[in-house]
Order: sequence, then structure tokens, then C-alpha cells
Amino acid sequence: MENKVKREGAVIFSEYNRGDAVKKAISIGREDVLFELKESKLRGRGGAGFPTSTKWMLTAAAKSDKKYVICNADEGEPGTFKDRVLLLEYPELVFDGMVVGGYAIGAKEGIVYLRGEYEYMLKSLQDYLEEMRKDNLLGKDILGKKGFDFDIIIRLGSGAYVCGEETALIESLEGHRGEARNRPPFPVNTGLNGKPTTVNNVETFASVAHIVTKGGSWYSQHGTDKSTGSKLFSVSGDCKKPGVYELPWGTTINELLKIVEADNTKAVQVGGASGLCISKSQFDRQLGYEDLGTGGSIMVFNESRNMLHVLKNFMEFFVEESCGQCTPCRIGNVKLLEGVEMIEKGEYTFNYINKLKELGETMRISSKCGLGQSSPNPFISILENFKEEIFNNGKGGK
Amino acid sequence: MLVLEKNSLSEEIGKLVDLYGKDRSSLLPILQGIEKNHKYISDFAQQEVARLLDIHPVEVYSVVTFYSFLTHKPMGRNVVRLCQTITCDMFGKEAVAKAIERELGIKFGETTKDKSVTLEYANCLGMCDQGPAMLVNDQVYSHLTPEKAIEILEKLK
Amino acid sequence: MKENKETRAPESQKGHTIEKPKSSEGIGSMVSIEINGNKYSVPLGTTILEACKQNQIHIPTLCHHDDLCIAGVCRVCLVEVEGMRTLQASCAYPITHSLKIHTTSPQVRRARRHVIDLLLSEHYGECYACVRNNNCELQSLAKEYGVDQFTFGHVSAPLFEEDKSSYSVVRDMNKCVLCKRCVRTCIDLQEVGVLESIYRGHETRIGTFLDKPLADVICINCGQCINRCPTGALKANDPSDEIWLAIDDPTKHVVIQTAPSPRAAIGEEFDLGPGHSLTGQMNTALRRIGFDKVFDTNFTADLTIMEEGTELIIRLYKALVEGDKQIALPQFTSCSPGWVKYIEHFYPEYLDHVSSAKSPQQMFGALIKTWYSKKEGIDPANIVSVALMPCAAKKYECNRPEMVDSGYKDVDYGLTTRELAQMIKESGIYLPEMGKSHFDDPFGDASGAGLIFGATGGVMEAALRTIIELVTGVKVENVFENMNIVPVRGFEGIRYAELPIEKVGPVPEILKPLVPNWDWLKGATLKVAIAHGTANAKKIMEDIKAGGKFSECHFIEFMACPGGCLGGGGQPIPTSQEIRAKRAEAIYNEDASLPLRKSHENKHVLELYNDFLTDGPCGHISHKLLHTHYTPRGKYIA
Repeated sequence: MENKVKREGAVIFSEYNRGDAVKKAISIGREDVLFELKESKLRGRGGAGFPTSTKWMLTAAAKSDKKYVICNADEGEPGTFKDRVLLLEYPELVFDGMVVGGYAIGAKEGIVYLRGEYEYMLKSLQDYLEEMRKDNLLGKDILGKKGFDFDIIIRLGSGAYVCGEETALIESLEGHRGEARNRPPFPVNTGLNGKPTTVNNVETFASVAHIVTKGGSWYSQHGTDKSTGSKLFSVSGDCKKPGVYELPWGTTINELLKIVEADNTKAVQVGGASGLCISKSQFDRQLGYEDLGTGGSIMVFNESRNMLHVLKNFMEFFVEESCGQCTPCRIGNVKLLEGVEMIEKGEYTFNYINKLKELGETMRISSKCGLGQSSPNPFISILENFKEEIFNNGKGGK
Repeated sequence: MLVLEKNSLSEEIGKLVDLYGKDRSSLLPILQGIEKNHKYISDFAQQEVARLLDIHPVEVYSVVTFYSFLTHKPMGRNVVRLCQTITCDMFGKEAVAKAIERELGIKFGETTKDKSVTLEYANCLGMCDQGPAMLVNDQVYSHLTPEKAIEILEKLK
Repeated sequence: MKENKETRAPESQKGHTIEKPKSSEGIGSMVSIEINGNKYSVPLGTTILEACKQNQIHIPTLCHHDDLCIAGVCRVCLVEVEGMRTLQASCAYPITHSLKIHTTSPQVRRARRHVIDLLLSEHYGECYACVRNNNCELQSLAKEYGVDQFTFGHVSAPLFEEDKSSYSVVRDMNKCVLCKRCVRTCIDLQEVGVLESIYRGHETRIGTFLDKPLADVICINCGQCINRCPTGALKANDPSDEIWLAIDDPTKHVVIQTAPSPRAAIGEEFDLGPGHSLTGQMNTALRRIGFDKVFDTNFTADLTIMEEGTELIIRLYKALVEGDKQIALPQFTSCSPGWVKYIEHFYPEYLDHVSSAKSPQQMFGALIKTWYSKKEGIDPANIVSVALMPCAAKKYECNRPEMVDSGYKDVDYGLTTRELAQMIKESGIYLPEMGKSHFDDPFGDASGAGLIFGATGGVMEAALRTIIELVTGVKVENVFENMNIVPVRGFEGIRYAELPIEKVGPVPEILKPLVPNWDWLKGATLKVAIAHGTANAKKIMEDIKAGGKFSECHFIEFMACPGGCLGGGGQPIPTSQEIRAKRAEAIYNEDASLPLRKSHENKHVLELYNDFLTDGPCGHISHKLLHTHYTPRGKYIA
């Protein structure tokens, strides 16, 4: 297995030494950590893009004897593997970011929820944490700061994509099925064991380490106005150089395709299976919260690919990975998959396919959690953006 | 199950409970530990865990059936999980799958007669840049070809 | 890591509700909201669903049940909250700030319709061939939303085999809508823990441990899951076909005993609304259907008081006077078969605390095929003995292998209130219009003490009415106004009462062989407790285990079902706290109106002791016929 980063940008992969962020945090104090975070305008890197400083401030403000910092390393979105690279190659960024989080919100316990598929990296990560303990970057009175105690444990997932959803992740940590909770209340108030909890993505913590070390304004000068900093993109599919790329927000799909050396590209799935699939005419769109917000999964499909087949693969994924508790997601995804199979066999009516699209719209607004709210995305976007291929030229045109 | 086996399993589960704690939140690590050692979580083990954590057996069963990596039916000594998600699929998963099935003489979802290998599909393993990929127990293998996959399986025997 | 162990329901199924302010006076305790353009003010933390209900705005629900914690999984109760991208489940959304809510906007209506369409696409079965026809929440929703076709198809063949293994509860997962009400009932409300969701995604279904048949797991047969199932996925094991056959067979003498709770609830099956007692009407209807004799289970409830009360006195005497350390105290009641099975599974080491007296149903069964058959000159082999019960567990109880002390199966069939209502309808009878009639002799009309067995605390009150009089010689009505022993009434999950015995009277004739005098009770304080719902029973048992205050009790009444028998698993659907309270009111009102209200004054009972159980309460004959033993079952599922 290789983990080489294909392009190191100016932010995430800028110079950093273990402990830098922790030292800086202690020297500037809690409030300033939160202030720098606010200045940075960092938004959650898992995909939803919630402002990180807001999350942290709410958790910091919540009164409780116990709080938790959770690193969401349940990287299950098809086409995403940046967290794998970060954890294997740059654990200092992730763990330091968590320690800073503990300091800022007043938590003493950090938990990394590592997907079961990544168990092979467990040993090296635990060894790394042990080193941090030796350096007093974890443990009691961290770096001599009285009363600043924080430690990190790693908990493994067991093969359930839905546990990437933060409340399902918390349920899983509590020993339950990974079924998303009702919100409100949110984890910042009522999280793990009912205590205030901040759950952030691996890359978010890595970004925090840099922000605290180098300042919020340093961070926000990168990227665009609403999408500050840079983003790690996991690029896979039909290109010569798949891998992890750090690119500034605002990069267009066309630019990205050039960088990864993709030829004859027909379609790009932005944001993984639960993201949107765009066609050639939209390749000038920008990556960023203004236009195409994403957790960083970019899957490239060239002219030889059958988009209906791609869609079927995605829908099969969701049928299996839905937690099954709420009606729209549990049954809705099956209906969408059946629709794809009908098209495949040429046994469909446009009337019914349109009904399924409407159902997809309902699933987006009525499912209990992000999984069911986003699972219709490929169905809706692929059938819309590739209708020529699917209904007029492809097998479906029979 | 023999009484002796039961006793040693109870003892083992007791140790896991001591290690992780008696709370419900220890359920997953405990089950993962049992799965690792025995390649499945038997009826007896599930009830033993339920007893020690003071929860209902059906709650343990409910959790075991929810997670793909926890099983209540015996698996082979090695579990091979081939990624079936899109990019692995695009770069030759099907050929690898057929080769493995041929070589082992079993279909996906089955275990070899000698109990050495259980073959399963998995959803995205996070190796999309290097597909096709598969997990053999907790080790990941990427850039698979039929030939390479068979070579890896050979070593398991 | 886990700190809060109060309730063991999965977090996702718990309320996560916000504590509501105690008064509406404080600053910020009320929130002003807008629903469909109208302004309202509601207490902070009220859910959108509650706010709408309070203001007569109807929102359809399916997974929501007032008795249970919030799930938020069916997505039928969705509403639009301005400013939010997605629709919100109104049952799960606590109002903490000013909101603008739309309950019937086009996208809300479309989403609800889609959810119903999806549920129907996987709901196998035809309404007219379903026990819940006309009383099904899915059916009502389909009607409410004008469903006239299966938009997303419909399953054409069953996917699951019906599980009929249990004497009490039948599960048909083809009709399940995965609302998880049964799961929340079983794990959270009852803390029995038989049912949970198993598997994941589209494979998700409600199952037992290892998906075993219900008869093979630790189900206590309480049937509370049936009462809360919105569809026909859960139903009682219905014996009415066999009963019809017996009725139609001229060689069979078919008798029915009727428990107190069905008569207080059966009106609900005839659209009367809760709280109407139809005792006399039901008697007439039962004869019209073709039952040869109609008996009142309250007779054996009175007998139970005599037997169980005597047993208590014997235990107290042996423990307090003879200093016998082996005597198990407190004594637990044994009338609730759900409770009996619960303790057999969960606390088998405490079985010697359970009164050996059979439940009224089984006492009656044993008497019918012995004393009655002899008295009437009917071959017991030709008697078919039916028990009308509010209960699912009674079906299991009558099938216990040990319940054959008459030499025959003591009770042949347990019939629920719902099933009898169906038989009455099938006979072309509209129950409320029936004339009233009395119960048949030789058991006759029984006491109000037997009647109140139907409510939680009723067995205790009945026992106390008798014990107080027998021990002190003072009339109960002189101690408690109108004979109502209020401290043991009510719906609080666990209740505790102390009754000081200041003076004692002479030992009544019937008890003279057992105790020489009452002096040993003078100055003592009788400590009693009551629990209904097995989750509350569990709390008491854990307290006793820990040597807490309940371990010092003398007598504890346990009922498996919330509310006691009137909330039993065989009672009309739906159920709620309000409905159960009305049923209790009906029972207590009827008790208050009866001329006879104390078990030991029931002349038929005294006649029985004179005539048949000649060596008195807890004597040899009674031990053979009216007492039983229990099986320590434990929790291990083989």
C-alpha cells in the first residue's frame, strides 16, 4: 500500500512540528484559541461544513462535569481516503488538534473512532499516542500547564458506514446500533453519555493544529471568502494520478482534472456516493461552499463508463448501509435501486421514474439523518445529468 | 459446547469485561475481542456478555447483527473481504472476484470446507486510489490482479 | 464510561427531551410560536406534536405512543419549520425558541404521503383478513391521506412465517412497520427485553435473541407489545374457533368465568369510550352466544384472598412467633401470570416468596372440574372451561403442565376481552343494548373486593379489607372512609403503605386451627407495597436484593402490566394512561355500588369451605386444588 500525497499545498502540509499547536494554545489561552478559530472561518471537513468555531464555542459554553472530544475517523464515504493518509503520515496534526480541542472546550477525554477497516493502522497510532504521553503532550498537566489533563483513546468501528454520522457514531461508542439520534438536542449539549461533546473530522483537527500555530488570519487568507483555507481531495477513478491532493478552495473541476491528468472525462462525482454527479457542461464549477461543497471525494469517470452501472453501485451501497430505522431511508433507497434495475432492463415508464425522483426529493428532506438525506443525490443527479446516455443511447433506451 | 469450553470462554469474556469495563459502552470492544479470537460470537458468548454487562441477550444480538464485522455464525480462520464499491469495481474487481471463487471453490458469503477462508464482499475500504482492494483479516491489499490475489490467498493455507 | 443507567432503552429511542419548567410564571418558561399562521404560547421544551395537540391541530403519528419514549423513526409526523432545510419529526422536536411551523404545507403533505406509500409497499396482507381491521393505525393513515393505489408497489407474498409458537402472542412480521413500539414496550416500559431491531438497512426487522420463536425466549407473555402495536403484526393467540366448536357441540358443557377487568373495558370495543362497566349486559350476551354457565372470577378472587391472606398469616406467625428463619418474607402475590413468569426468569432465587395460592383463574378451573361438576352431576371430561381475561399471559398460564389438579386441564382456554368482543359481534349482538343479568350459581355474585383485583393495588386493598377485620375485629369502614383504602390506590409505579395494628380482636372460627390468638400482632406495623409494570417490579426486587426498605415489607402486590389487569395485554386497543384511569374509575365505582365488598363475607365462599374445602383455608384439600408451585427458569436461552 502506498500513501504518498500527490500534491502538498500551502496549508495542511505546511511545516509543522509535533506539539507546536499545543504549546501555542497554552501560551495564548482558551479564549484566544477559540478566537483564532473564529478568525479562520474553518468549516467542518467531513462534508457538512458546519463552522468549527461555533461547534467548539457551544461545547465550551455548555456547563458539565465531563466533556468529550471525538475525532471522527470513520472514513466510509466511497471515494474518500484522505483521513487514511493523514492518520498514517501526519498523526501529529490530528492528535495535536484534538489536544487543543480538549484545552479549548475543557474536555479531559478524547476518543478517536477509527473505522474497523483501518484496524491495520491501530498499532502505529497507539504507539504514537504513547510517544506523545512520554513528551507530556498527553496526560496530566500537559506541558506543565497545571490542571490541563487530556488523553486520547482509540475505539474501533465494526463495519458500518452510518457511524460516520456523528450521532450514530456516539450511539456506537455507547455500545448501541449505529442509529442516528433525534436532533435537537445536539451533541454540543447532549453528546456521548449525555455530556457536551464535539465531534470533528480528522482533517478538521489537522487544520486546527495549523490555525492555532499560525493564526486564524493566516489560514483565512487562503481559499475564498466563504471557503477559507485549503482542502484535501481524495481523487480516484479514471485519471493517471489518483491520490490525495491539497488544493485551495475555489479550484474548478476542469483545473482539478488537469492536475490529476484525467482524459476523456465524462462525469465527476463530487462528494462521494452521497454527493452529486456532474457532467462536462458543469466542469467549470468551483469546489467550495459557494458552489460544490464537499468532504473531498472526487471520482472521475471517462467516456467508457456506464453511468447507470455507476448509479446502481451507489444505490446498492445505500441499501446495505442504511441503518434501517427511518422509513424514507430504509425503504426509499430500495425503491430507487429497483428503479435503476427497471431502467437497466428497459422495463420502466417515465411516469414512474419521475415519481421516484419526487420520492428522492422527499427523502432529502424527511430522512432522520444525513445518510438518507443525501442518498438520493446520485439518483437525482445522474438521471438528470446523464439522461441522454441512460434513456436515449444506453441500454435503457430499448 | 462442552462444559470446559464454556468455562474457558466465560473466563476469557470475563477478562475482556475487566479490561474494558462493565458498562454498555464497552460492548463493542468486548464483542470485537471475541470476534478476533473466535472468528464469531457464539450464542453462549452473546449471553455471557449480556449477563456481565447486565443487558438483555437480544440487545447483544441486535448489535452483532447490525455491524458487518461482527458475526454470529462461525467464520473461517481467515476472512477475506473484497471491496465492491465503485472504483474497485471499475478497475477489475469482477475478475479478481471470479478468480478467488474459482481458486477457493466457494462463492461469496461462503466458507471453505477446511474452514481456512471465509469470502465476503465489503463496502468501500478507503483504497479507492489503489483499487481493487481487499482486506485479509485486518490487513489491506491493493492494486489487486487475479494473479496477485491468488498469491495472497496461497499464503493463508 | 456510561453514567446514566436509569433507563436502558437505546439512546436513539430515548426521549432526549428537555426538562419542562415547573411553573409557567418564570421568565423564559413560555415560548411563543406560530403554527399555520396562528400564534400560540407553549411551555419551553414542549414538543411540536404536543403543542399542536394542545391547540387542536391534528398531526398524524405512527411510531409515537404516549406511554413510550420518543423514537422519531416513522417520519409520519413531519412538519415544516421555517428556516430549516429539512422537515422535522414533530414528536421529537422540543420547542426551545420561537418557531414558525407549518403542519400541512404541500411538501409536508407529499412527504407524509410518500412515507405512507413506502410503508404500504412492504406491508403484506389484506385489511379484511386482519385482526386489526378497522382498528389499525396504518389503515387509518392510508385513509386519511387518500391512498387509492400502491404507488411504489405492494408485496404479493409473505416474506416471513408467522410465529405462533407462543400460547400468548403471535407475531406476523409481514405486517410490521418497524415503528419499534414493541421494542420500547419490551425493553424500556417492561424491562423484559425480548424484542429488538435485528440486522441493518433494508434487512432490519424486529426479532428475538437469535431470531428464535417467541416460545423459546424469555417472554413473560404480558402482551403489552400487542396493545401498542399499530398494526396486526402482533396479536394474541386466539382460541375462539375452538370455543365456537365446543359451543356448537351439544355433548359439551361450556362454562365461562369472567375476570373483573374485561367488563370495565369491553364497551370500548363497541365505541362506548372508556369507563363504562357492562357486567350485566355481558352476562346476557355470553348466554346468548351459547355459554351454558357464566361465572364471576371475582368468586375465586375472594377465595384467593382467603387462601393468600391465610398463607400470609401463617408465614408471619411462623416467622414472628416461632422464629423460623426459613420463612420467606415479604410474601409476593401470585395472581399475575406475567409477573410469575417474570420472577421465574429473572429472580428465581426469590420464588419461595411467591404465594403458593393459584391465581383466581386457575382456582376457578380446579373447582369447576371438581366441586361444580360433582354438584351438578356433569362428567368433567365434557366440561369446556373458558376464562375471559384481560390478559395474554393467562393463555400461557392455563397451559402450564402443572395446572391439571382436577385431573383434567383445569382451564381449557384463556379468551381476551378483544376476542370476546369479536365473538359477540359475530353473534349479531350489540352489547350496550343487552339487558342485564346476574352470574350463575353455585358461585353467584361475588364481592367488590374481588372486583377491584382489576386495578393496580386492588389485590392489596381486598386483602387488607379482610385482614384488618379478621385481626382487629373492627369494621374496615370504621377505619377507612367508605371502605376505600386510598393509600394503596393510584397509578404511581411503586407505592408503599404502613398500617399499624393498635388493637386485636378474637380469632375467627375459620382461622382457629392455625393461630391461638392475635396478641403477637398487637402493636405491630403491617408494611405493604405495590408495583405495576415489570420495570417497577424490578426496582422493588433490586431493592430487596440490596436489603432496602422493601425487604422489610410483609406483603407486596406485583402486577406485570402497567395499571394492573385493566391495562392487560388482552384489553381493547388503544391504551393510554387516561384510558386506564377511566377503566379503574369504572371498577372502583362498581365496587362502591355493591352490597358485598369484603371477600370473607362472600357467603358462597364460606359455603365452599363448609361443603368442600372442609379443612379450611390452606388445608390439605385446598393445597391440592388451589395451590401450586413454580419453576426456576433463569435467563439462559438454550
